[in-house]
Amino acid sequence: MSERAAPLLEVAGLEVRYGRVAAVRDLSFAVGRGEAVALVGPNGAGKSTTLHAVMGLVRPARGDVRLGGRSIAGLAPEAVARSGIALVPEGRHVFPHFTVEENLRLGLVARRAHDGVADDLRRVYRLFPAVEEFRGRPAGLLSGGQQQQLAIARGLLAAPDVLLLDEPSLGLAPTVVDAVFETLAEVRAGGVTVVLVEQRAQLAAAFADRTHVLANGELRLTLGPGDAEDTDLLTQAYFGS
Amino acid sequence: MNALQTVVDAVALGSLFALVAMGIALIFGVMRLVNFAHGELLTAGAYALFLTTELPLAVSIAVLFATVIAFALATEVAVRPLRAASPAAMLVTTFALSFLLQSVFLLVWGSQGDNAGILPELNRAADVGGLRIRWVTVASIGVGALLLVGTALLLNRTTIGLEMRAAAHDFRTARLLGVRTNRVIRFAFLLAGVLAAAATLMLVVQRPLVTPVYGFQLVIPALVGVVVGGLDRLTSATLGGFAVGFGTSVLGDVLPSDGRVFLPSVVFALVIVVLLARPSGLFTRARTVVERV
Repeated sequence: MSERAAPLLEVAGLEVRYGRVAAVRDLSFAVGRGEAVALVGPNGAGKSTTLHAVMGLVRPARGDVRLGGRSIAGLAPEAVARSGIALVPEGRHVFPHFTVEENLRLGLVARRAHDGVADDLRRVYRLFPAVEEFRGRPAGLLSGGQQQQLAIARGLLAAPDVLLLDEPSLGLAPTVVDAVFETLAEVRAGGVTVVLVEQRAQLAAAFADRTHVLANGELRLTLGPGDAEDTDLLTQAYFGS
Repeated sequence: MNALQTVVDAVALGSLFALVAMGIALIFGVMRLVNFAHGELLTAGAYALFLTTELPLAVSIAVLFATVIAFALATEVAVRPLRAASPAAMLVTTFALSFLLQSVFLLVWGSQGDNAGILPELNRAADVGGLRIRWVTVASIGVGALLLVGTALLLNRTTIGLEMRAAAHDFRTARLLGVRTNRVIRFAFLLAGVLAAAATLMLVVQRPLVTPVYGFQLVIPALVGVVVGGLDRLTSATLGGFAVGFGTSVLGDVLPSDGRVFLPSVVFALVIVVLLARPSGLFTRARTVVERV
């Protein structure tokens, strides 16, 4: 943890249950402004559930989620979105029948400040030229990589303080994955806090300030950027020692 | 010429059904609720007209719209606790609401029927090239077209419209993007109320005798039309409503007068054929039907 006084996003003692099964147990981590944190781990480790709990899609059984020191646990998803957290969901979830431009307009719904839209749009178009090129087309006609770019662009147009991404590399060609991560680095350089859920641990660890390894809903290990190459450490965290 | 007459009348009735169908489909779109109590909006509006027959026309119409919109918004409040419930539970609840309101109407006004006559002069017919066209026919088609186009523009050109469409396509993602679903749902009920009020006005001009089942009788075939057209999409549901209204009117003209009692049977028989042939709806692209909840 950095020496920063107050983390921007803080998850404290989080527990999420689906019926009798605990999907996440006593999970705590914090992200400072402009930092990037990755959550990695095998399937069913509770990574997506954690993001869903932050967004208010599932109600935590215990623990708290704080944004800028204020508790947002128990808020409705739309209220969380409007308080400055944007989620780029797994599987992208763009609106396939809507045009690319309409999808982007939906990104504006959660915006708190309504000035600067034109600037943000220019920035998004610069990051994702394909999004600009196909803005009149139905989003469903875009390739998987382009839809992922659109989903990220939509998230950015909400001008969030925190951008959550759930498996942005899923189903994408390796070159496209590289492009997505380059963009994320640029987004982060622009002062946006990033929380990234990834199955590809090494990719995530190389990108993030801290990488939390989850297994069975529990935090197993936290890696720094230097540990990305240490495969033994990752293997150990994934499969237990 | 007689055929053309039949078509003009059928388009007029079709427009009324389309307004009702679109209201039902708007609500279904944003909350997967089939509102069986939609007909009671029309009945309430018709009684509002009956109670204000002595008052100036503008006041009458204003009271009509206010009443129907108030009933629509009250329906929204009544079903709000059920949002997380299964579609079946919501359906049964609106069914109960429908019968409750019908019983209240029956208690207050009885079953004899009350004359809510408004704008009777619209029933006069003009002779247009051999066609006997009543003004109310023209008005129904005009008001219907105007409101349907207006709603389409609202949905496609405004932010609240975009939010409504987003909520209808993918409720969860819409919420994640900050769409305030309470507001969107309330707005859908409001719109449905406006459409129902307009339909009520056109209907009462032609059928001024208001009974407790006034709207119910119309909404059941409209609902059938919505299902036949395809509940999933606003356009297909609206077209389905139009088709049932159109079909009913044409069959009413074509069937011999002693065969009119079989009219509903014929309509429902056609519906069964359609549903067997195109289970996902007449006007939807062929694809699997999924109940998106």
